[in-house]
Amino acid sequence: MMAFVSRACVLLVACLVLLAAPRGAWAQDAFAEAAAGLAGSFDDKIAAIDKLAALGDPRAVPLLQALSDGNLLVHEGDNKLAIERDKTAYDAVTNQKLGPSDAGYDTARVNNRVRGVLRGALGRLQLASPDRAQRLAAAIDVFKTRSIDNLPIIQGALARESDPEIRAQLQVSLGATQLLSDKPEDRLAGVKALAGSSDPDVRAMLVQERQSPNVDPKVAAALDAAMGAMDSRLAMLNLVQTVFQGLSLGSVLLLAAMGLAITFGVMGVINMAHGEMVMLGAYTTFVTQQVFRAWLPAASEYSLLVSIPAAFVVTGFLGILLERCLIRFLYGRPLETLLMTWGLSMILQQVVRSLFGPTNREVASPSWMTGAVPLGDAVTITLNRVWIIVFGLLVLAIIVLVTRATTFGLHMRAVTQNRKIASTMGIRTAMVDAFTFGLGSGIAGMAGVALSQIDNVSPNLGQSYIIDSFMVVVFGGVGNLWGTLVGAFLLGIVNKFLEPYSGAVLGKIFVLVAIIIFIQRRPRGLFALRGRAVET
Amino acid sequence: MAEPILYLDGVSVSFDGFKALNGLSLIVESGELRTIIGPNGAGKTTMMDVVTGKTRPDTGTVLFKGKHDLTRLDEARIANLGIGRKFQKPTVFDSLSVFENLELALKAQRDPFAALRFKLDGAQRARIDEVLALIGLADRARELAGILSHGQRQWLEIGMLLMQDPELLLVDEPVAGMTDQETEQTAELLRRIAGLRSVIVVEHDMEFVRALATKVTVLHEGSVLAEGPIDQVQANERVIEVYLGR
Amino acid sequence: MAAATNAARERAPVLLVLMGLALALLVAVPILNTLPEDSPYRLSDFSVVLIGKYLCYAMLALSIDLVWGYCGVLSLGHGAFFALGGYAMGMYLMRSIGTRGVYRDPILPDFMVFLNWKQLPWYWYGFDHFAFAAIMVVVVPGLLALAFGWLAFRSRITGVYFSIITQALTFALLLAFFRNDMGFGGNNGLTDFKDLLGFPLNTGATRRGIYVASLVGLVGTYLVCRRITRSKLGRVLIAIRDAESRVRFLGYSVTAYKLFVFTLSAMLAGIAGALYVPQVGIINPSEFSPANSIEAVIWVAVGGRGALYGAVIGAFAVNGAKTWLTTSVPELWLFVLGGLFIAVTLFLPRGLIGLIGLGGGAPRGLGLDRLLPRLSVPKVPKPRRGDG
Repeated sequence: MMAFVSRACVLLVACLVLLAAPRGAWAQDAFAEAAAGLAGSFDDKIAAIDKLAALGDPRAVPLLQALSDGNLLVHEGDNKLAIERDKTAYDAVTNQKLGPSDAGYDTARVNNRVRGVLRGALGRLQLASPDRAQRLAAAIDVFKTRSIDNLPIIQGALARESDPEIRAQLQVSLGATQLLSDKPEDRLAGVKALAGSSDPDVRAMLVQERQSPNVDPKVAAALDAAMGAMDSRLAMLNLVQTVFQGLSLGSVLLLAAMGLAITFGVMGVINMAHGEMVMLGAYTTFVTQQVFRAWLPAASEYSLLVSIPAAFVVTGFLGILLERCLIRFLYGRPLETLLMTWGLSMILQQVVRSLFGPTNREVASPSWMTGAVPLGDAVTITLNRVWIIVFGLLVLAIIVLVTRATTFGLHMRAVTQNRKIASTMGIRTAMVDAFTFGLGSGIAGMAGVALSQIDNVSPNLGQSYIIDSFMVVVFGGVGNLWGTLVGAFLLGIVNKFLEPYSGAVLGKIFVLVAIIIFIQRRPRGLFALRGRAVET
Repeated sequence: MAEPILYLDGVSVSFDGFKALNGLSLIVESGELRTIIGPNGAGKTTMMDVVTGKTRPDTGTVLFKGKHDLTRLDEARIANLGIGRKFQKPTVFDSLSVFENLELALKAQRDPFAALRFKLDGAQRARIDEVLALIGLADRARELAGILSHGQRQWLEIGMLLMQDPELLLVDEPVAGMTDQETEQTAELLRRIAGLRSVIVVEHDMEFVRALATKVTVLHEGSVLAEGPIDQVQANERVIEVYLGR
Repeated sequence: MAAATNAARERAPVLLVLMGLALALLVAVPILNTLPEDSPYRLSDFSVVLIGKYLCYAMLALSIDLVWGYCGVLSLGHGAFFALGGYAMGMYLMRSIGTRGVYRDPILPDFMVFLNWKQLPWYWYGFDHFAFAAIMVVVVPGLLALAFGWLAFRSRITGVYFSIITQALTFALLLAFFRNDMGFGGNNGLTDFKDLLGFPLNTGATRRGIYVASLVGLVGTYLVCRRITRSKLGRVLIAIRDAESRVRFLGYSVTAYKLFVFTLSAMLAGIAGALYVPQVGIINPSEFSPANSIEAVIWVAVGGRGALYGAVIGAFAVNGAKTWLTTSVPELWLFVLGGLFIAVTLFLPRGLIGLIGLGGGAPRGLGLDRLLPRLSVPKVPKPRRGDG
């Protein structure tokens, strides 16, 4: 009797020991056993990969990754597996250093079939990885390399997963995989899961599915509904993206054209060198950046902020100088002013070219301006453009404030509306002219600061924007800030809307032609300024 | 009874909310010499703008010789119909000579191809000489109009008006800036012109208005205030009130 | 008794001088070119082509002077008409290459074969005939000017507004012609011409021939412009320049006159472009660049827009300076050009001819030109019989 009991105890203990023994050891065996297959033929490798994936052991990841990268070595004699790193072989399972990698090792080879299986397997394994980034990448990967076999794995991963972003991706991947199922209910479920996506890839997948022969009518209906919903969502997002791009372009045009509107409105001066003021503002930004980098490297982040007043001062001062020395002699003769300022623009460009060279200069953005915010999968809102929109509106607000609330602004408006009377009332029109021109040029300089963030800084920078600025001014009504605002944003948005249909170049042509035709209807622009000064 | 040369009825024009003409109604008979007076802003120049096609009225009828609707035509067409205008500020062509200024106004084909082929014939030359004599600029025929004195420019413009041979002349402040003697001469000139033609004169100078001795129309705030011989008008209470202020 | 010269009058002595000069150029240049190579007086082929180019530029300048100096319409896009005429000629030259191109296609030019086009676009039809191309040289710029001018002048767009939209027009064309799918050679343009009307382009004889054609073109353009400016039409144009609305009240349709002269001017510019292309051997979209048109305007301003010959003088003077400077001190050229713009508008509104007291009608500047001694006393023109 005792003997039976003790034998039973020993058996029990043995079982317990066996059961309690680190699963790792047992698993180790299963893992090692499965991995051993990687040393064999292509078919062996495929079987081994599948087994490893089914096991779900995360140690398989570096192994399979090495195989995929061509770093998996097989020792000639005993078929032991090693991973090569820096010409040294490390044991594939234990990661022990084994010795130099050229001592009797062959590289484990793969063909395309193996690669295909590898990818899926790696994906499945990575889904269980402790590293979040790996899991996310895996979730996306499983979507791309759809296989019905992945279904249980994805479902398992979904059950475990708590991170919302990864869950969302997993659900999309699940839906995509379900589409491959034989059972229509599964496919229906898959369509439902995918219907909420805005990814163009998903849509393409649905289209493909819809076009395949023998589509179940219920599934077909679900597909149509899903595609319809997706299309309207995509269209909406596209609209948002286009509007955003239009606003961004508009804000640039606004900054560039504001100064022009003011100088033309107040003084009747068409300043063809206006683009060069913008260019000089951009170069001021560059120079400020270089100064900061050389002498205040710690504060480099602030160089952009400092550039704004710097550019305003530099170009404003230059504007006043030009007005006093050259432009005032041509008062009342806008055509001659146009020609003269064109000559000025050539000289300014050449000066900059001689000083800084004709190639683009790099201007960096501060960290708070870099980056983007994605809206759904189809829209990206880049931060720097958002800031420029804000900046443009801010500058406009300040200028409106200046014109309405300051004495100088009052004088400016008086001179715009009736120069002669203004001068008889004691307003020094010459000074108003000089400071107005300085103000207009200063704003252009600040536009250059903004432009340096999104465009190349080169001597030709001004030329790209001068025609557009003129169009904005002509369209919006000369001398009128609201007209400039509306005109700039309208033109920006129209330009961007036309782009997908006609390309950037043709779009521009359409806009130009449309403006020419528009001028027929309203020769003085959208918001025509009444006043004798504007008559040319 | 012939059609009135000019018929305005209920003509209104607004500029940005300001009513320049307010239900203006006016009739000028054929061959008449009429004077229009009124304080500044009364709408005298605007009325001329409407008749000559520079401004389109918001409402109202404007008929020339009872059959041409002037609200539908542009300046050049109206001018070719036979309405001539002399401006407040004498506008002559400074870069052309006096002779050439008159030649431009000569009644002839107005299209570019005709102008290209144009050659002055004897009769036309004679006509120009005639007008030169009339306006007293015969000895300055070859000088640039840009160097004429103010009074001479006024006459040149009147001369150009005559060359057009219009049926209706609109003359806006012809004696502004003239000396007394020049004013006298101008009055004489205008009297001579009227008769076969109809002339509407807008003026401020009361002496001149008296000298013309015509029916006078007083405009105020865009409509007719009073009408009649100068004495009657000057005695009108409302006219006095308007001119002397409230 | 002051009697300054009148812009409409190109006096007979002036005409004689000009005709003399033209004759001299007509005879001297070809002769000097055919001298033996080692002769020190030989005029090189390069120089013949250079002068030929200047002649074409002078034609362009004349066309601008006609609308600007006489009618007060400043077109800053006349280069577009020049380029369009050039392209028409270029298309003829392309088609006459035939099978001698790189791809040896009898119909399709090389660049079309390169783009994998199978068929000649419809707008290239007919350009294998010189007569057709010659008509297109004049008709295409003319139609564009007619359409554009009608839209602009009818709406009474004048002054700076008009100038700006002409810039926009030429800029739009620049962008359009840059596109490969427009079928005009894209940004490479049309080039590698072989011959014109059967005459190989790279021989001295052909060059001289085209040179003479350019000279004839210039003289012809000059005479046409002169005929216009001396007629009543010309006087109406001057009147429009001086006081546009007054002209309307005289019964003239200002739109019709401006349209007439603008269209004619465009056609003349087109001819200039057509004569230019076989000499330089290429036409590409950069001819449409707004800068080119503005530069052409400065030729007229420098020479003096008060008289037709001022435009010719300006074209030669500025381009001569450009050739000289860009070969000797290239970095300086843009400074000089820019400086020219400033100097001419501030100090020389009447241009070079104003400096010597010729040409009237242009506005006054700082009056420095009045300080310089007059080299000739302006005569009072006598009225002539039947003068009109």
